[in-house]
Amino acid sequence: MTLVLRMIAQRLALGLLTLFVVSLLIFGATELLPGDFAEAVLGQAATPETVAAIRRELGLDQPLVLRYVDWLWGAVQFDFGSSLAQRNRAVSDLIATRLGNTLFLALYAAAMAVPLALTLGILAALWRNSLFDRVANSSALSAISFPEFFVAYILIYILAQGGWFPSMARLPAGADLGEKLYRAFLPALTLTLVVTAHMMRMTRAAIINLLASPYIEMARLKGMRPSRVIVHHALPNAIAPIVNVIAINLAYLITGVVVVEVVFVYPGLGQLMVDSVSRRDIPVVQAVALIFAAAYVLLNLTADVISTLSNPRLMHRK
Amino acid sequence: MGMIFTLLWIAVALTVAMALALGFRKLATAATRGETSRALRDAPLTAAFGMMVIVIYLIVAILAPLIAPFPEREIVGTQFQPWTAEHWLGTDALGRDLFSRMVYGTRNTVGIAFATTALAFLIGSVLGLLAATVGGWLDQGMSRLVDVLMAIPSLIFALLLLTIFGTSIMTLILVIAVIDSTRVFRLARAVSEGVVVMDYIEAARLRGERLPYLITREILPNVTAPLVAEFGLRFCFVFLSISALSFLGLGIQPPTADWGSMVRENATLITFGDITPLLPAGAIALLTVAVNFVVDWQLYRASGLKE
Repeated sequence: MTLVLRMIAQRLALGLLTLFVVSLLIFGATELLPGDFAEAVLGQAATPETVAAIRRELGLDQPLVLRYVDWLWGAVQFDFGSSLAQRNRAVSDLIATRLGNTLFLALYAAAMAVPLALTLGILAALWRNSLFDRVANSSALSAISFPEFFVAYILIYILAQGGWFPSMARLPAGADLGEKLYRAFLPALTLTLVVTAHMMRMTRAAIINLLASPYIEMARLKGMRPSRVIVHHALPNAIAPIVNVIAINLAYLITGVVVVEVVFVYPGLGQLMVDSVSRRDIPVVQAVALIFAAAYVLLNLTADVISTLSNPRLMHRK
Repeated sequence: MGMIFTLLWIAVALTVAMALALGFRKLATAATRGETSRALRDAPLTAAFGMMVIVIYLIVAILAPLIAPFPEREIVGTQFQPWTAEHWLGTDALGRDLFSRMVYGTRNTVGIAFATTALAFLIGSVLGLLAATVGGWLDQGMSRLVDVLMAIPSLIFALLLLTIFGTSIMTLILVIAVIDSTRVFRLARAVSEGVVVMDYIEAARLRGERLPYLITREILPNVTAPLVAEFGLRFCFVFLSISALSFLGLGIQPPTADWGSMVRENATLITFGDITPLLPAGAIALLTVAVNFVVDWQLYRASGLKE
């Protein structure tokens, strides 16, 4: 047990280290800005006096290390300073509700995608080279190749035009859960379709790999019923690869969410980020990038820990 | 009722695609000789279809000015005209001919994606080969840097960099190429690691060969095959991310005709039941599917798997 705890602590420390370097990168990237943060804010109105004033106001006259420590200390407490485009609004203010919305959308999509993808993937693996497998596989390959917005607009064309679902997923304040689920259905479905394709293919590959192992063959050869082979021998060992597949694909959701939110005008973090990029509102972009990167690192970390837990051999690598 | 029509449409489209692919395979087999011809004859229909699509896109991209009936950026009609004999796909929000912009879009979108992928491969494979051959602190330093860069989701990283450097085609190409080169670096390094430990490399080192000779003459020829297969897959990723960025209004900028931004500009039409904005999106999807089919076939051939 101590071995397990030590392994988890090690992975966590490694994850934190990664996050620290990522934060350095996200903060340091703005130093690459041609000219200066202050000039970027002012644009045409940049005169030496205004630039100096803004620099003082944003603390840009401080040395780099000090500013970084300040920013990181704030970020840990969920305080990212104030937005450049809307000068009197705190970034954390802009982010707070949107973070909840994005999490809602991602969980909604995951709740639909995971069971669907696992069922399809396992069935395709069991009936491999059947017509079902071929159709599922080639549709998944095509779905992976589709840009997210293509899937989104096809769904709008089919489902929103008839008035079944709204094509704009604005969430009114105080909407109850049913209303929210209804309004966010199309964006969630888009994400589900995109992620399911990836997840299904990976599940199928993992299960086929597993079914080819000698102990499964042994179980078959001694005349065990196929259903028992699957439930007693294959499934317990399939947990590791399947959990891995799920975590990797949830991490993939993070990128997918950006485009989908824009298509459906969904008030989430992705849309905020895209708007801020075109306004060059650097503090907001930094904050959102840090949140997305943290989620990404965390999911990959979870996948790593769970797959190590379920396969003791991985504990002793190297 | 609508459902049945949709299914019927899909069935018809699949049949036509299969027939075209069959014809293309016959043609390609007849036009080539020897080894290539035999390989093409045995290609599955999906791969034949993929190759046909790629060839068509290439022809359209090269001959764009001859095919397009109207200039790329000129306003030639009123806004949002429906499909007519003159404007095959109607006109956009400014009154530009959509069919012509689709044709020019082939050249711009595919061309930029191709240039970006090529650049990513140049950076990634040169650095990857160097890291594997030289080893030591250079290898460690570059590998750890790539690890960190890959810990940030690529679209998010691209958005961050585009905020800082602004949105122009040049920065777009550079940003995406640098981000994607990390993936190429990983592969190039991993593959050449296996080659570097070979005896003939040792022999070449003892002969006193210099680094450039070692890399270009001894290692590179042995790692080309997996890198070429990866090129196809990478192209798909780059193509999709550039399209996504253009769709978000942060990639290829107007008035350059580009599929991603065309979808964005005309998206409102969809809610009125006009499928025109789906066409550029479909063009993107079709090319990625085609490349994937061909890569699948090539990987299958290279792996020597016969079920």
